[in-house]
Amino acid sequence: MNLMNEFTKGIIRENPLFRLMLGCCPSLAITTSVENGLGMGAAFTAVLIASNVAISVMRKIIPDNVRIPVYVVIIASFVTMIDQLMHAFTPALYESLGIFIPLIVVNCIILGRAEAFANKNPVIPSVADAVGMGIGFTLALVLVSAFREVLGAGTFLGIPVLPESAPAILMILPPGGFITLGCLLGLMNKLQKKTT
Amino acid sequence: MQEYFIIIISAVLINNIVLSQFLGICPFLGVSKKLSASLGMGGAVSFVLVLAGALTWTVQTYILNPFKIGYLQTIAFILIIAALVQFVEMGMKKYSPPLYKALGIYLPLITTNCAVLGVAIINIQKEYTFGKVMVHSLSHAAGFTLALVLMSGIRERLEDADIPESMQGTPIALVVAALMSMAFLGFSGLI
Repeated sequence: MNLMNEFTKGIIRENPLFRLMLGCCPSLAITTSVENGLGMGAAFTAVLIASNVAISVMRKIIPDNVRIPVYVVIIASFVTMIDQLMHAFTPALYESLGIFIPLIVVNCIILGRAEAFANKNPVIPSVADAVGMGIGFTLALVLVSAFREVLGAGTFLGIPVLPESAPAILMILPPGGFITLGCLLGLMNKLQKKTT
Repeated sequence: MQEYFIIIISAVLINNIVLSQFLGICPFLGVSKKLSASLGMGGAVSFVLVLAGALTWTVQTYILNPFKIGYLQTIAFILIIAALVQFVEMGMKKYSPPLYKALGIYLPLITTNCAVLGVAIINIQKEYTFGKVMVHSLSHAAGFTLALVLMSGIRERLEDADIPESMQGTPIALVVAALMSMAFLGFSGLI
């Protein structure tokens, strides 16, 4: 039951993007298409699970004073692995995500989970936490990118959905990212007020 | 000379690091409520960004490339930046207490500022020479400060505006950023 709780909290209640406002940089930059959003979400989730497990296993041997540098090195190693794997197996996605793959290192969510959860809890709850947070972040990315791709390019996952339309190209340019995220956040706030 | 000029214009206005490359959004939204704070943050980031640009380029050219260990780039760069921020903080505390007082609270935040790591990686990707790296880092730092200062000016005005309750705070800041980014798109025909 408790495990279930750790797992589900990341999806809605403590959604990293909409609730905690963490990880805004990639969520604005790479959400020009749903495919990119999914790819980024998957890479991010993989790094988060791996780093949460590693930090949780070593939580008793890492000295408290130097824990942040240690976390950063652990996270950077996993990001390097993902970077190499994506370069080898999904070159097209690697091209379109570009600089934002190495930048997963400085994504505040991963360091935040390490500090707030993995260094205090055993391995299994840490995995549940990481999977929940990863899915929550991926869902948020897909939601933002769905709006931008449908409105900006008239397609969803590359399939045309708006027939005979002149898409608003602005939505896949930088301003579209800001405005979509801003409106979605406003909507979330409104919905939350209704339920409470 | 012309090449340097193009780098400056493109980094400050056309490819502004915050408004069109989406790097450093967290401080952009977090510390842009007051003009004085945004100037402090801009100063601290500029300082670290230029130093980090120089150091990471040196390490890449003289250590990572000769030994063919380019895949260690991410780890090496993040360690350099983290160490640099620590040293800058200690050095400032010792030699220039007034400056430390002004920038001190912003310094630790800079390690996880993606603008610093991002510009370091772009410097390497574009295969710049040392001179161009310095110009490129400096102009991105200027672009970051410009965006932050403009944003805080607008947000100080927003305090008086009548905003729907659910849009207050971050949502409206993002919409403002969208409008600014649209304005900066106008520069794209410049070169």
